Amino acid sequence: MITAIAFLTPALVVLGVFVIYPIISAGYISLTSWNGFSPVKDFIGFDNYARLAQDPEFWNSLLVTSIYAAGVCVLSVASGLVVALLLDAPLRGRGFYRGVFFLPAVTSSVAAAIVWRYMLDPSGFVNTVLEGVGIQGPDWLQDRWLALGALTLLTVWKNVGFNAILYLTALQALPEGVFEAAQIDGASFAQRVRHMTVPLLKPMTFFVIVQALITSFQSFDLVYVLTGGGPQGGTEVLGMIMYREAFRLSDFGYGTAIAFVTLFLVLGVTLVNWRASGSGKSSLR
Amino acid sequence: MKQSTASALGRHALLIAGASIVVTPFLWMFTTSLQSRAETYSNGSILPTSWHWENYAVAWEAAPFGQYYLNSLVMAAGIVSGHLILDALAAYAFARLRFPLKDAIFLVLLAALMIPTFVTIIPAYSLVASFGWIDTYWGLIVPRLADVFGIILLRQYFASIPGELEEAALIDGLTRAGIFFRIMVPLSLPAFATLGIFSFLFAWNDFLWPLLVTNSDELRTIQIGLSAFQGRYGTSWNYLMAGTLTATLPSIIVFMFFQRALIRGIAASGLKD
Repeated sequence: MITAIAFLTPALVVLGVFVIYPIISAGYISLTSWNGFSPVKDFIGFDNYARLAQDPEFWNSLLVTSIYAAGVCVLSVASGLVVALLLDAPLRGRGFYRGVFFLPAVTSSVAAAIVWRYMLDPSGFVNTVLEGVGIQGPDWLQDRWLALGALTLLTVWKNVGFNAILYLTALQALPEGVFEAAQIDGASFAQRVRHMTVPLLKPMTFFVIVQALITSFQSFDLVYVLTGGGPQGGTEVLGMIMYREAFRLSDFGYGTAIAFVTLFLVLGVTLVNWRASGSGKSSLR
Repeated sequence: MKQSTASALGRHALLIAGASIVVTPFLWMFTTSLQSRAETYSNGSILPTSWHWENYAVAWEAAPFGQYYLNSLVMAAGIVSGHLILDALAAYAFARLRFPLKDAIFLVLLAALMIPTFVTIIPAYSLVASFGWIDTYWGLIVPRLADVFGIILLRQYFASIPGELEEAALIDGLTRAGIFFRIMVPLSLPAFATLGIFSFLFAWNDFLWPLLVTNSDELRTIQIGLSAFQGRYGTSWNYLMAGTLTATLPSIIVFMFFQRALIRGIAASGLKD
């Protein structure tokens, strides 16, 4: 018993003070009009949440974040699965490819966003290449939908190696015999992927989607550096307005309310996805 | 046999196409970092055409990158050693010791893992501010000395080590602390390596928390310094890319040396689900 306390205390103190206590405290702060430094926290009930419901910036942010999250989810599953399928069977240089695809994941968001920002600059790589084939490229980051598209692709690019490794792990755990049998029975590669691999990988797809959801609903660093939320709020994800309200405008109560809405959205969408994917079990149709 | 050669070629072609897209930003960063300012606006070549290595010196003098580097190293060292020690001790307790509310405490930690950082970051910031830790190494390190991911990872590994070893050691009169340090730690070095790399990459690349708790160049970490550098020299692309590349290098080097341990860790945490 005493031994257990000695082993547990250091980690539990840190996690208790800086993770568990803040979660509880955040619940209360979101019900106050606290400015972050005043000793009094005025209790205002659900006013912050009511204000959110009438805040056009919040609704814009919710729309932007939802479109962004949907794009990231679909493209993460697709890119991760394709790369994993290509890397699944033995191949010369497989480790090298895997390393290359993983490179963006170990690069910091700040560095990645700075490079992408330059590549999408009117004088940058993308437009120079387009010019080479006779196309006048747009100013990518000055159009709200193009900027959101660029942000989506940047996020997917950054995570493709990570998702591919998750899928590879799942692929390598699949029973080989069933696939050989199907092949002998004349099922083509495309048929095997569509009717066997994809259904069998359902639990991993659920995991990848949840990861992608959490990533996009918590996105901040990439947006902060790539677009700063612009143009005209076109990439203003929830993380950006939370940061601005709390740390720029000193409205900690309102900022915390935004954070809580983010939490409920992630949990809600995860739950729906969990139901839709048959409680995360794999299935063969 | 013939068909499999063809399909291998096809896979190579697709993989090379994909890998080229993935790698282009890195090449572009490297190439630009060696160009003169004029070239950055006119030259679309993805491979270096000029070699202005002095850009690196210019970038490092234009901003205190040396100090940023040092701050990131100190922060990373603190966080990595914190995770390795605190997480391991707690993981051992969860894997092997009996104590009241064990499952309940572990469940609370698991649930906390699901909570987005946005929720905790505002109260955690106020707490750190009330301790007077803004713009100190304390503020950068102490709140992140332990993490749930590491506890789960190590607990899983410890649980896979046969219990007979410990029973024998207990009979031989070793204490729990003795068992932990002399048996569990040496047997779990691969898991420690995996956690150490994850923690290093997390610390080196972290942005929001250091952005909040530092406000002077003396304490800024490399990512914050880099972002500020971009704000000031946003169109001096060659210097900006030189700075960005030097900031990225440590993670890439760590990744190249410890790729296996990292990938093993992802596989383990993915399978767990």
